[in-house]
Amino acid sequence: MTSQPVSAPADFPSILYLDGVSVSFDGFKALNNLSFFIEPGEMRAIIGPNGAGKTTMMDVITGKTRPDEGMVFFKNEIDLTKHDEAFIANLGIGRKFQKPTVFESQSVFHNLELSLKEDKSVMKTLFAALNDAQLARIMEVLKIIRLEEKATWLAGELSHGQKQWLEIGMLLMQDPDLLLVDEPVAGMTDAETEQTADLLREISSTHSVVVVEHDMEFVRALNTKVTVLHEGSVLAEGSLDTVQNNQRVIDVYLGR
Amino acid sequence: MRIEFKTLLAGLLLVFAIQFSAQAQSFDSAAEGLLAKSYKDKIQAVEIIAATGDARSAPLLEALLAGDLFTRKSDKLLVIGNKASGGYDIVNALTGEALGSVKKREVRKIRINNKMRGLIKGLLGGLTLLNDDPNLRLKAADAVFKSRPAEMRTPIEQALATETDPTVTKALERTLAALKLTHAQSSEEQLAAVEMLEGMADPQVKSLLSAEGRKLQAIKDPTDAELQLALAVDAALAKIDEKLAFLNIIENIFQGVSLGSVLLLAAIGLAITFGVMGVINMAHGEMVMIGAYTTYMVQQLFLNFAPDMMNFSLLVAIPAAFLVSGACGIGIERSIIRFLYGRPLETLLATWGLSLILQQFVRTIFGPTNKEVSSPDWLSGTWEVTGGLALTYNRIGIILFAAAVLILLMLVLRKTAFGLQMRAVTQNRQMAASMGIRTGWVDAMTFGLGSGVAGMAGVALSQIDNVSPNLGQAYIIDSFMVVVFGGVGNLWGTLVGALSLGITNKFLEPYTGAVLAKILVLVVIILFIQKRPRGLFALKGRAVEN
Amino acid sequence: MDLMKNTQQGPFLSLMTGLPGGGKTFLGILLAAALLVPVLNIFVPESSSLHVPTYLVSLFGKYLCFALLALSVDLIWGYCGILSLGHGAFFALGGYAMGMYLMRQIGDRGVYGNPELPDFMVFLNWTELPWYWYGFDMFPFALLMVVLVPGILAFVFGWFAFRARVTGVYLSIITQAMTYALLLAFFRNDMGFGGNNGLTDFKDILGFDLQADGTRLGLFVASILALALGYLISSFITQSKLGRVLIAIRDAESRTRFSGYRVEYYKLFVFVVSAVLAGIAGALYVPQVGIINPSEFSPANSIEVVIWVAVGGRGTLWGAVLGAVLVNWGKSYFTGAFPDAWLYLLGGLFVFTTLFLPKGIVGTSGIWIEKFKNLRQSDPPLAPRSPVVKED
Repeated sequence: MTSQPVSAPADFPSILYLDGVSVSFDGFKALNNLSFFIEPGEMRAIIGPNGAGKTTMMDVITGKTRPDEGMVFFKNEIDLTKHDEAFIANLGIGRKFQKPTVFESQSVFHNLELSLKEDKSVMKTLFAALNDAQLARIMEVLKIIRLEEKATWLAGELSHGQKQWLEIGMLLMQDPDLLLVDEPVAGMTDAETEQTADLLREISSTHSVVVVEHDMEFVRALNTKVTVLHEGSVLAEGSLDTVQNNQRVIDVYLGR
Repeated sequence: MRIEFKTLLAGLLLVFAIQFSAQAQSFDSAAEGLLAKSYKDKIQAVEIIAATGDARSAPLLEALLAGDLFTRKSDKLLVIGNKASGGYDIVNALTGEALGSVKKREVRKIRINNKMRGLIKGLLGGLTLLNDDPNLRLKAADAVFKSRPAEMRTPIEQALATETDPTVTKALERTLAALKLTHAQSSEEQLAAVEMLEGMADPQVKSLLSAEGRKLQAIKDPTDAELQLALAVDAALAKIDEKLAFLNIIENIFQGVSLGSVLLLAAIGLAITFGVMGVINMAHGEMVMIGAYTTYMVQQLFLNFAPDMMNFSLLVAIPAAFLVSGACGIGIERSIIRFLYGRPLETLLATWGLSLILQQFVRTIFGPTNKEVSSPDWLSGTWEVTGGLALTYNRIGIILFAAAVLILLMLVLRKTAFGLQMRAVTQNRQMAASMGIRTGWVDAMTFGLGSGVAGMAGVALSQIDNVSPNLGQAYIIDSFMVVVFGGVGNLWGTLVGALSLGITNKFLEPYTGAVLAKILVLVVIILFIQKRPRGLFALKGRAVEN
Repeated sequence: MDLMKNTQQGPFLSLMTGLPGGGKTFLGILLAAALLVPVLNIFVPESSSLHVPTYLVSLFGKYLCFALLALSVDLIWGYCGILSLGHGAFFALGGYAMGMYLMRQIGDRGVYGNPELPDFMVFLNWTELPWYWYGFDMFPFALLMVVLVPGILAFVFGWFAFRARVTGVYLSIITQAMTYALLLAFFRNDMGFGGNNGLTDFKDILGFDLQADGTRLGLFVASILALALGYLISSFITQSKLGRVLIAIRDAESRTRFSGYRVEYYKLFVFVVSAVLAGIAGALYVPQVGIINPSEFSPANSIEVVIWVAVGGRGTLWGAVLGAVLVNWGKSYFTGAFPDAWLYLLGGLFVFTTLFLPKGIVGTSGIWIEKFKNLRQSDPPLAPRSPVVKED
């Protein structure tokens, strides 16, 4: 299985560029010479069967996992494989986990406050106080994620879908250049799914977004370019229709 | 000429007869000599007694050495006394006639000094060189080696000629070489002796040779022969040092492996419970302690009901300890730990509380003092590999036992249905549950297994350590270190962790002392965990997170 | 919205205006005790039932030191999820720093009358003071060391451990190994800290006789002030945004990293602060009990501190204080009255608390009070369901 040739020279403007990334766990190759790139402002959906390496790819981009080989460039210049999660987050890459992860014992408001884009050094944080602009921003995001009424609730008391939104809201507070969103509609009702799709489209008008998703209906609703991963490499790339008619993709999904 | 011949013959006979009676006489008179005040006279008497070769000399000298030889004040008769109430039962030292019992102050002990003690041991050695028991012959040869009386040379040579046992032969050869070196007749013989000794590296030969070397160096104007000998001694010493250093390494490895086996036994159950259930059982040390007390109880039962079978009590104790500790473990799991899954820190605290209760419980029942667990005959003594290397049987036993336990556990984990279920639960609890595995049952059994193995560790520890309520506490931190170092991925990690900790400890000890060695090992592990936060053999991948 | 105002004020203002209700009462009780106990000790005649004898003053002084230690453990465990089983080490190091000062104060009044060397060094035939004993004859220097030594050890240890992302039980185990290594080290005579016997036979502190009632009262008040200060510092930290980051780390460490926080630095910060508080507690403890020896390093001691916090209620600062005082009061009583029963009780306390009182006395009673209120109000309140800002 060879990966699709990628023609992304360094001088081609890209927000994210993975170059020959490989990761293995105890002999199992989670990522196998994976290469692709995302243009600035683009929204990209990444699909693939279980074990295709989607989450591992996210881990590599966000600095959680160090690849055995390969490089990951952010905005053509910074090699992300040399930095840790906090640095990468402050660089402008936000990540939403597959399982909604919020600070359950703190209020929705504080969840957003903690995600504010500002100096996150220890001493600054110790003496931090919100200014009016920051407060306004929090209120704005509360409105976007439709949780204004529940600002004082503990995050742990929210429903599953609300937690997903809160986490997306936290990403928005970070104001990242690139959002990585892992299965944002898992466990959501149809109405919630639709609202989430709207939300992501809205966000993608001002940010680059990478969405990992299983739900084909949702991917169709996003109406964007799709990359199919299989066994740690790119299997196909293009619009959802093109990809769905690709023989190799059909083989993989139908199990040959 | 005829007459002359007859006279000669008669004279010879006469000489023999005189000689014979002189021998008997000289034994008696030499024995009298022991009553002398000066040690010099006594030494002479001892030498004569040994030289007579009289059958009575050995028991007499033994009694003298043991301080059992007395003289009866009333008639200056030599008697051998055995302690009895209020005094001694005495027998005539020369005739063996029983003389009844006497009060303490009616007899006076024949005193000996250290010099005499050494001499007697050597001479006694010579006397038992031809004993039927090879062990006694071996002891005799070694005794002669230590004292090296010149007159023992001939007996040793004779004994060597008839000796069949290879171990004793070796010991005799060593003794002979030592005698040749110290009481040499020619410089060639000395050189040959040095050459012989060179091949037998042990600490005693080393000290003999270095003493000889010092003597030679002290000579102001050495002759060529003496110079040559000095060189030979130096060369031999260098070679022996080399060999001893090598043996020392072997010894250290053995000690390290032995300590590692103890750690392995103590830690392996911990690794199972931690690996499978993510549970840190702070009461694990107490499971070991309970195993040791079970061993003690089993021994007490044997002592009371089957004293002839005492040698088997340890064999019975192994399954007994496994069952008792295992049952305790299952009880703990069902009553406490299962309510705390997913809260590892709380589990740690609860089990710590439990360990306090168990310690106090055992203290209440058995008292705070150490209980003695004796070793069976087949675990006592040492195995003399070569001169410089002796391994104790109980340590060897523990190594073998640990290996057996490890292999058995691996078989259980790999070949049985229970092992399969256990591994399934380790890797993915939810998936295992949805496949119909009763995870609760597996947890309880796993905990029981881990605790039972700890109990067996207690059996082993009862052989080398004091059985007290604090027994477990002494090993718990080391066990944790093993698990942290080895990782919880598999039992190999525990094995490697235990052995490397044990061996490192024993290699550091000669340079730093035991305490500092332990501190250093702890510091190294604390540093090591920076590099591999989940140990040497950690599971990798996404599934491990959280 | 009240909540946002609070956040906007920053920690200083919120500490002044918005100290959580329990906290104010707590500080009030402390200050009252600081005033009342000396009065009851000195001015009330011994015959009166209100008289507080000096031995009680010392006993409570000791409890206060334990309370400060519990507070320090609560700060890292309750708020940041770091379960240290080696905090006794920082306590003991602070204690040894103070002990060294007190040793030097003995001067030539020791058994051997050596003006320079403490008795145990003379006994070991040492002729010179080791370099690390220099300066301990000066009180300010000793105080500096009380803070620096635990702080630096915590910094170095934490630097390695947190950067390597050692977490959970692994961290607990290596903190235990740390204090165990120190225990072994301090047992050695050639370390120069009195070996097995430790440091004892102190005479006076700052020129005041340690046996005098006045000195004991002074130490008691100093302990109260230290505890109050420790409480204010801890409150300040937990009320600040940093406090919320700590809770975030406790609840979802990965999420916190991906939100852009250098988790290891935050942990390091709070770990060092906590170690310093523990060191100060140890320094106040030693003159009041008159001895410091290596047993203070024993892992069992450190684990016991954790149960004080658990009993009181972790994540509630004054709960930790309450737990420390209650458990130690129980210990004093039972080891006197039923010495054999104490270990059963202590062990049972560990089991009972973790199984039935996971939030401790304060947390659990808080839940009951809440339930009781809800029952009375028949219809449950809408939005703020629980007092969000009041973590305390």
